[in-house]
Amino acid sequence: MTDAVLSPPAAGQADRNAAIAARLKRRRAQERRFRWYGRAAILVALSFLAILLGRIGLQGYSTFVDYRITVPVYVDPARVDRADITGANYDQLIAEAVLARLGERDDEFGRTSGKLRELLSNDLGFQVLDIVRADPAKIGQTVSVTGPVGADAGLYFKGQIDRAAPESDRKLDDQQLAWLDRLKADGLISSGFNTSFFTKSDSTEPEQAGVLGAVVGSFLMLIVTAGLAVPIGMLAAVYLEEFAPKNRWTDLIEVNINNLAAVPSIVYGLLGLAVFINWLAVPRSSPLVGGLVLALMSLPTVIIATRAALKAVPPSIREAALAVGASRTQTVFHHVLPLAMPGVMTGAILSLAHALGETAPLLMIGMVSFVPGVPGGFTESATVLPVQIFIWENASERAFHERTAAAILVLLVFMILMNLAAILLRRRFERRW
Amino acid sequence: MNLNPHISVDVQHAVLPSRAVKVRARDVNVFYGDKQALFDVSLDMPERSVTALIGPSGCGKSTFLRCINRMNDTIAGARVEGSIELDGEDVNDRSLDPVLLRARVGMVFQKPNPFPKSIYENVAYGPRIHGLATSKSELDAVVEQSLKQAGLWNEVSDRLQQSGSSLSGGQQQRLVIARAIAVRPEVILMDEPCSALDPIATARVEELMDDLRQSFTIVIVTHSMAQAARVSQKTAFFHMGKLVEAGPTDEVFTNPRDTRTQDYITGRFG
Repeated sequence: MTDAVLSPPAAGQADRNAAIAARLKRRRAQERRFRWYGRAAILVALSFLAILLGRIGLQGYSTFVDYRITVPVYVDPARVDRADITGANYDQLIAEAVLARLGERDDEFGRTSGKLRELLSNDLGFQVLDIVRADPAKIGQTVSVTGPVGADAGLYFKGQIDRAAPESDRKLDDQQLAWLDRLKADGLISSGFNTSFFTKSDSTEPEQAGVLGAVVGSFLMLIVTAGLAVPIGMLAAVYLEEFAPKNRWTDLIEVNINNLAAVPSIVYGLLGLAVFINWLAVPRSSPLVGGLVLALMSLPTVIIATRAALKAVPPSIREAALAVGASRTQTVFHHVLPLAMPGVMTGAILSLAHALGETAPLLMIGMVSFVPGVPGGFTESATVLPVQIFIWENASERAFHERTAAAILVLLVFMILMNLAAILLRRRFERRW
Repeated sequence: MNLNPHISVDVQHAVLPSRAVKVRARDVNVFYGDKQALFDVSLDMPERSVTALIGPSGCGKSTFLRCINRMNDTIAGARVEGSIELDGEDVNDRSLDPVLLRARVGMVFQKPNPFPKSIYENVAYGPRIHGLATSKSELDAVVEQSLKQAGLWNEVSDRLQQSGSSLSGGQQQRLVIARAIAVRPEVILMDEPCSALDPIATARVEELMDDLRQSFTIVIVTHSMAQAARVSQKTAFFHMGKLVEAGPTDEVFTNPRDTRTQDYITGRFG
């Protein structure tokens, strides 16, 4: 073997440099191309996001405005029986009061008033009932009530019913539209911010349906999920990462945890149905059982996030603590875990945000049901935001569709808030060592 | 008096007559899994003096150092054979709690590793977990004394609540030394304590070592032969997991018995 000695070439130096320069041009071009691919990818991703949010926003924003009608009603003693206050047909009374204002007369079959009643929410009738029930002296007097117009009338005012379309293709006929125009011109119709969307729960009438029950249900469920998944997941991760011997068993456990994180969420729903509802008799459709199922689902994620955060704490900190005579428990709880906490909390919040948006497993445990009230506790029937969205999306009435989009916006706001909290936590407590 | 027939003549010579032996290692073998890192190391470390462990990278000197306070326990698959005695007590004895051992044998690492807490908390941590101070004022006194002894008090006395990581590298290393001596250990192990420091900070730490050996037994691992010559009274040369030669520092440096030692200290390898 000869010892080759590399040295700058004596001759042809210029050729050699030119060759390198020529290659250099190609290399630079490659780099530029790659940058453009990256920018294009980001652009595509952002535009998908913009389309998604734009569509939901456009469809949903109209929910936040509602149209109300104010009607003075004469509570006719001939129609309302003092002995049977709840038996009276208040909707009909109101419809006739409006008809009288419009100068129309009902026909003998009640067809005209029937058409008018389609334009009003039955909420008005319940309001009159409440007034009369609270004070029977109102019978024989005129009371004024303000309530939402019917769902289709609302859509008309929001410009979502096309006047030019053939009458048979519309939910409201020409006469009904003319009435609505008259009422508006007479100043009986007012519009404003739709607070009832946030203060009411689900309803069969779209104009009265709100998200409060679902928001409270989601909140209760998340409390259960966080209360179980975060402490159990953290302790499991701390044990596995800091105390457990590294052997085949712990390897097996680690592989299984990673696999569990990838199990489809509906499987957890089936598990919850079998174990919590059928075996442990936890009330179905309750925030408790939903929270239990989602806690199971979030556990692997919390464990993985916590282990990653613990791994990121430099070993020099552990050595420092051990070297001054801290026990392993003291080392972990005085030094390692506090340093890992921002990472742990970030992981926990993100997995909770994921749980907040989860629908499939909840369908398995009976949360997809019509719940018109606000749940008062962990064991009462409840619905949650994503399931509420699912239910409304399946509703046939068109007015529910704008509520679907609005509920998605509400859910997104909660998600963004949680993610923001995670980012702030990370920023605030990020340490350098 | 030689009671142990395995001890080589070299090691016998290495014991300084003027000092009692604080740490006595006999036939120490260390394995990481299947790989043997130390072979039959026997070494005496005299009390209240500095013993320097020198040798090329990977020669086992840090491994040996970490046996003395059982830091190797924390490494999975590490196994230590032989005996290491601290004042005649075997540190590897099952009945000796490593936590108690580490309260008696402190350690300073290569890279300054203060806790990301305040300067005060860094120094107070050890006394606090061991219950060495019963009141706040006593703890304050321990912190002040430790920082003074580590030569850091004048620089940090007005900002004890600032983070330990806000200090410069050399200050951090002295803070870590203060943290170690706050527990009042009998022995302080130093694993290349100056390799991450600039020459001026190094000089400060070396001066500090000279002061500290009045009270503590110090064992230091160093890559720098000049440093070993400056700070230590006894030097042990390791090569490929074996202790080649140990003796009074000036003898080892001026008159090495083994050719490998001579080659190393004259800079022919390592």
